[in-house]
Amino acid sequence: MSSSTLVQLVLLTPLVGAGLILACGKRPNVREMVTLLTGVTLFSLVVSLLPAVMAGERPTFTWFEMFPGLPIAFTLEPLGMLFALVASGLWIVTSIYAIGYMRAHHEEHQTRFYTSFALSIFGAMGIALAGNMLTLFLFYEILTLSTYPLVSHHGTEGAMKGARTYLSVLLSTSVGLLLLAVAWTWVMAGTLDFTEGGILAGKVEGPMVLVLLALYAFGTGKAALMPFHRWLPAAMVAPTPVSALLHAVAVVKAGVFTVMKVVVYIFGLDFLSASGANVWLMYAAGITIILASFVALAQDNLKRRLAYSTVSQLSYIVLGAALANSWGVVGGSMHIAMHAFGKITLFFCAGAIYLATHKTEISDMRGLGRTMPITMFAFLIGALSVIGVPPLGGSWSKWYLALGAVDAGQWVFVTILMVSSLLNIAYLIPIPIRGFFSSGPDSVPRAPIKEAPLFCVIALSLTAIGCIALFFFADGVYQLLLPLAGG
Amino acid sequence: MIKQNLLALQIVIPLIAAPLCILLRRRALVWGFAVLVCWLTFGISVVLLRQVLETGLVSYEMGGWAAPWGIEYRADPLSAFVLLFVSGIGAIVLSSAGLKDTALDEIPVSRQYLFFTLYLLCLTGLLGITITGDLFNVFVFLEISALSSYGLIGLGGRRQALPAAFQYLVMGTIGATFILIGIGLMYMMTGTLNMADMAERLVMADGGRTALVAFGFLTVGIGIKMALFPLHIWLPNAYAYAPSLVTAFLAATATKVSVYILLRFVFSVFGVTFAFETLGLGGVLMFLSLLGIFVASTVAIFQTNIKRMLAYSSVAQIGYMVLGISFASTTGLVAGIVHLFNHALIKGGLFMAMGCVMLRLKSVDIEDMAGIGRKMPFTMAAWAVGGLGLIGIPATAGFISKWYLIRAALEQNWWIVAVMVLISSLLAVIYVWRVIETAFFKEPSARAREAREAPLSMLLPTWVLVGATLFFGVMTSTSAGVAGRAAEVLLRVIP
Repeated sequence: MSSSTLVQLVLLTPLVGAGLILACGKRPNVREMVTLLTGVTLFSLVVSLLPAVMAGERPTFTWFEMFPGLPIAFTLEPLGMLFALVASGLWIVTSIYAIGYMRAHHEEHQTRFYTSFALSIFGAMGIALAGNMLTLFLFYEILTLSTYPLVSHHGTEGAMKGARTYLSVLLSTSVGLLLLAVAWTWVMAGTLDFTEGGILAGKVEGPMVLVLLALYAFGTGKAALMPFHRWLPAAMVAPTPVSALLHAVAVVKAGVFTVMKVVVYIFGLDFLSASGANVWLMYAAGITIILASFVALAQDNLKRRLAYSTVSQLSYIVLGAALANSWGVVGGSMHIAMHAFGKITLFFCAGAIYLATHKTEISDMRGLGRTMPITMFAFLIGALSVIGVPPLGGSWSKWYLALGAVDAGQWVFVTILMVSSLLNIAYLIPIPIRGFFSSGPDSVPRAPIKEAPLFCVIALSLTAIGCIALFFFADGVYQLLLPLAGG
Repeated sequence: MIKQNLLALQIVIPLIAAPLCILLRRRALVWGFAVLVCWLTFGISVVLLRQVLETGLVSYEMGGWAAPWGIEYRADPLSAFVLLFVSGIGAIVLSSAGLKDTALDEIPVSRQYLFFTLYLLCLTGLLGITITGDLFNVFVFLEISALSSYGLIGLGGRRQALPAAFQYLVMGTIGATFILIGIGLMYMMTGTLNMADMAERLVMADGGRTALVAFGFLTVGIGIKMALFPLHIWLPNAYAYAPSLVTAFLAATATKVSVYILLRFVFSVFGVTFAFETLGLGGVLMFLSLLGIFVASTVAIFQTNIKRMLAYSSVAQIGYMVLGISFASTTGLVAGIVHLFNHALIKGGLFMAMGCVMLRLKSVDIEDMAGIGRKMPFTMAAWAVGGLGLIGIPATAGFISKWYLIRAALEQNWWIVAVMVLISSLLAVIYVWRVIETAFFKEPSARAREAREAPLSMLLPTWVLVGATLFFGVMTSTSAGVAGRAAEVLLRVIP
């Protein structure tokens, strides 16, 4: 099969999967089987494309012309490859986890849940493969809408309120700012294709570059740049598998992926760094990194703490894009994968703790390491990877980001990265430490081991192992991403 | 033979069929006949559009009297496009009214045959306005469509419908009178009633004050007819209390045809130079349309009767069409014209879905609609897609209009207008999402608990319109393509 046929299949698989899941709604076992099978099929399709992309091939295909000269078209390039790999791979793990979680928790509307999940993956794949900004925008909105039923899943007053915040922030930024930026780019440049070296050089000048960059960066609400980050903690009302996949991987990474794509393929690294507008974006990202870490410190609800940690970590990637040099771009893009594995592990653990003990507040989690050793150990690994300690994946991306900051002569941001790592330690490490070394509040001498359902434990162990494996396979990711930097 | 007379048949067939409906009377019979006529009319408009796209212009002389003296019917890309969607929506909406247990039940059985008669008459009027090249004919058809729509609105027999119809009658008559005065003045100036002929003579005749007065009367009169803010006050009540089928048909077609009249007068008769450069119509229209978009969208947010909410949304959407026109640029006109079409599909689908809701709940109040997403999933899914279209989410027809509108604004460096268009679509998010949230995620109301899914005979036409919203959201070569041709003709880029 030719690569461009494969790319089409990558796009259609989750869509067909969603239809099948809906059709099998009456039989839960078949429905979950379909989810897993779709996930495995999708992942194998994506993996089968990897050698071609590594070899420099850029499979392309066009669906149809939406406007004259402006088609819905797809191109698979290294950054999209990475995002597609991460999202489709972790979808399988999350499905395993979700089966354990949703059944143990006796959730209602499971068919709607799995269908929306598959549709969100369809949105994420469309974003990963998009060949121009219009296509990306189309799938960006599909992702927003298809995740709404997941966030509002419980249907309670609180869930509706959270979902309303989620939707209103994401829609108002994308419709109000991002669409404006896209239309403006079209009027100025006459094309929206993702082109190596960018399309805006010579088309926009002076302060307008800054305005356009701001429209793109803030318009991509999914990247959660402050002050448009409120939707992320609000979305934590969703069931944990949703928080895990969507708010550690698909949705938030779709946001930073968009920012990265825009910087590399719309502005172009040379044009952006020459214009000087990127310095401003660096500061916006730097402020978000530090502020969100402080907010995370103050949260006692575990999922909310993780949410603010995500806000902070996403800005690492935005910072990498803003540095607009090869180290920064490679480091930022690599962080998409590294942070995905680390953070999804943490969310899985938070959900497992909730299932086994119904605890959501960090202050209640003393001594948990004795009853849930596997979960707590996985949490420790995930936390260390997010902090960036070797031998875990997260250390590489931070290393490259720091190199990028040095290369750009921005020593301030080297400092910010250091301070942020310290803050990460401060808000993540106490949780497993107290879990293992502090005695529980009820001071029962030896509580029996009581882990979450098997499916959940398998899933969180897999992602924790992934964090370690990524440290050793980082070179592969590096080789994949190198063409982004024009090397 | 048929091919040469297509333009006449477009009008004559529904006109003759209308009184025949009175003779048929029996529901199934009269429905079958009327639907057949509607689809035939639609078929003619399809053939006409194809002819026009090939040749550019199709003209027909009524009774063989040559053009400036006799009545001329003519179809250019714009009128053929409007004919197409007016007759298409007319056919789709009427198709849903057939069997027992449909939205037609809102009308007492004893008056149902009148519904079909008036419906066909109204369709005749709307098509006639669009097809004729004669100014006085415009007025005649305007009155045919208006009088029959007053009757249609009042047919439901609900008490609120009668004052609504009366209010519409008063406002509509004022509008029509203004238009008639305008036409009279122009006839006085030029001595002709043929539009093409008049356009030539207006250039030569130094119109002076008479032309200004005529222009003023016409724009205000048309403004009332198309419910341009702040001349819209007749619309919300009329749409809210009319029978659902009538609302679906009128909301999708009547105001659009009025916008067509505006385009015709401003661009084809008076010309861009006079209207926009001499008189500065663009600024006025832009101001009123933006004001209308914001005020009407905001009012829509606070409605509890969802048909009324959609009616206010219509006022706002007319603002988008007029905003596109106010740019007087090719892209702007494409935005305005393509939104005529797109909004007809979107609003037609939404009001059809409301017809399904009304059928099952006997209410369109938001309180009663709580939780019906579970009982009527197909109806409310259609509503949701239509709602996304109103917001202008990509892959719906609404996005296409918005894209052209923003582009038109940016091309002329009207930053603030582009931003306002985008902000206003967030208001649509609020009023649309209020309904989606209530219908899908709230506990069912007492009425919703007893509801069941609407019959297939209603769902099918609803989904045809909703499907078209999605189709024309991605395949724009027909809709935006024809709108582009129409815009070029209006701006005389091509002769």
